[in-house]
Amino acid sequence: MEPLIHIRDLVKVYQLGEVEVEALRGISLVIEQGEFVAIMGASGSGKSTFMNILGLLDQPTRGEYLLEGRSGAHLTRDELAEIRNQKIGFVFQGFNLLSRTSAVENVELPLIYAHLPSRKRREMAQKALSAVGLEGRERHHPSQLSGGEQQRVAIARALVNQPSILLADEPTGNLDSKTSGEIMAIFQRLNDETGITIVMITHEQDIAAFAKRKILFKDGRVVEDSAP
Amino acid sequence: MTTLFASLRIALRGLMVNKMRSGLTMLGIIIGVGAVIAMIAVGSGAKKRIADQIASMGSNILIVLSGSSTSGGLRHGTGTVPTLTVDDAKAILNEIQGVKSVAPHISGVAQVIYGNQNWSTLVYGTIPELLEIREWSLQSGRIFTQQDLDGAAKVCLLGKTVVENLFGGIDPIGQIVRIKKVPFTVIGVLHPKGQSTFGTDQDDVIFVPLTTAQKRLFGQQFPGMVRVITVQAKEPEVMKTAEEQITELLRQRHRIQPGQEDDFSVRNLTEVASSAEESARVMSLLLGAIASISLIVGGIGIMNIMLVSVTERTREIGIRIAVGAKSKDILLQFLIESLVLSLVGGILGIGVGIGSTLILSRFTQWPVLFSIEAIGLAFLFSGSVGVFFGFYPARKASLLNPIEALRYE
Repeated sequence: MEPLIHIRDLVKVYQLGEVEVEALRGISLVIEQGEFVAIMGASGSGKSTFMNILGLLDQPTRGEYLLEGRSGAHLTRDELAEIRNQKIGFVFQGFNLLSRTSAVENVELPLIYAHLPSRKRREMAQKALSAVGLEGRERHHPSQLSGGEQQRVAIARALVNQPSILLADEPTGNLDSKTSGEIMAIFQRLNDETGITIVMITHEQDIAAFAKRKILFKDGRVVEDSAP
Repeated sequence: MTTLFASLRIALRGLMVNKMRSGLTMLGIIIGVGAVIAMIAVGSGAKKRIADQIASMGSNILIVLSGSSTSGGLRHGTGTVPTLTVDDAKAILNEIQGVKSVAPHISGVAQVIYGNQNWSTLVYGTIPELLEIREWSLQSGRIFTQQDLDGAAKVCLLGKTVVENLFGGIDPIGQIVRIKKVPFTVIGVLHPKGQSTFGTDQDDVIFVPLTTAQKRLFGQQFPGMVRVITVQAKEPEVMKTAEEQITELLRQRHRIQPGQEDDFSVRNLTEVASSAEESARVMSLLLGAIASISLIVGGIGIMNIMLVSVTERTREIGIRIAVGAKSKDILLQFLIESLVLSLVGGILGIGVGIGSTLILSRFTQWPVLFSIEAIGLAFLFSGSVGVFFGFYPARKASLLNPIEALRYE
């Protein structure tokens, strides 16, 4: 079977004025359907750049990235947006919810751009919110929710379109350890129950411990991979 | 459709959050649309008044004025010395095609006395055709007849202003007034016509039979002569040729040699009037154009606020792009916001425009005229201002780089 993510010799070079910065220097990876991967590394190791490319927010300079066997290299901005909408869910460190917009409306956001009718949207958003344990909080605005609850809204938003992959960039970075544990428990449960692939960036060992596979980045290269 | 509706809701919510800012932004459009509507209403009101006055003067009229004549080396101005005759008038009617009717007249200012009241007014000695041509109608009484003309009867018709100044509340019909000390019986009162295009009171007038005027009032030193012949053509198309033919005919009749100056002049009244109408039209266009500038300034206000809004919401745009918003979704969202701003401003502006115009006309007595076309046009214009000035900020938003937008603080 085709692996979910297939990466070969991925290189990303940033042009900062006169200076070229190599953020990624040849990454080769295969991530299968249903994996729960933690990507670790010091800041500047290239893990955020890697996530942006994985999430089709950025394009590699060289090398190949196949998501479900398809390359994003020659797609337009709008075609990439459509793939993000259908295949990828994002969870950010800073939650990135729309303030002044209720929880359920935040979760509906990807469905709006998938052109679903409003009744269907509301139904799916409510289901996603209950999946992360936020029934009854649909009408609350982000400012009325705790950090952990906000991150759960963000997870519901990432899941609402039933994507193949969930990308989480330091999802517990702004949370205390107890709430972090709760969020990780949700990740594990989703991974076990729905088989969704999760790729998560973290720099904390105990958060990474929740994942099934750990990959360590250093200076734009993979230096350690716990995959069998 | 779903997206459009959702975009509309997102846009409305965005505007509601910043009520004060949205209101101030709209104010520019409100003032702009209001000004356009008010200015066009005032302009068309003025134009309509002039058009009405032109219609009240009668249509297709040529005026033949007695010309300058030279007597003893002294040149007199146009109309000072009568050089036209009643026979000239008859010749014009009989010999020139396209002439519907002619009416010669002599006129002069005279003191009119009734009881212990007196009033100075313009007295016309003429035939009933003049009243027809100039569209004067009777309010009461009767017009003078051919018999009155033949017998040089001492009868007169009074204009509204004269009646008001001499009679107060009394019915003037059958009363005797003295014009230049000659007693005349009042046989009719004319319908009021109001002011002329040039501001003179058209109702300050008395009509008497031409023959009577010639014998008793003005014409004694020039028997059989008239100062003015009013000619009405059958249709506007023949005005030009009639004007030329009248000139030709009168030169022949007055035995004027080629190269010699005319002793009369022919004027096309409609041309004078339509140039007044034209200047009113230009005026109203000019007013509208000036008002449009304020609408454009309002549009720049919208652009300014939308640019601020895009910058403020960079992160929101980043989130939307990350979860799958396409460029056109973002573009649409911000375009709708500026369109809503300008259209709501447009609707309020229509109200403000109509309201302020009504207040203005109440206090200044200016005639105003609203037209659905002008209001519709101002509204559409405000909408296009919204799209035009909203496009640049919206496009800027739709082309943001999602990674940078998400990192934006």
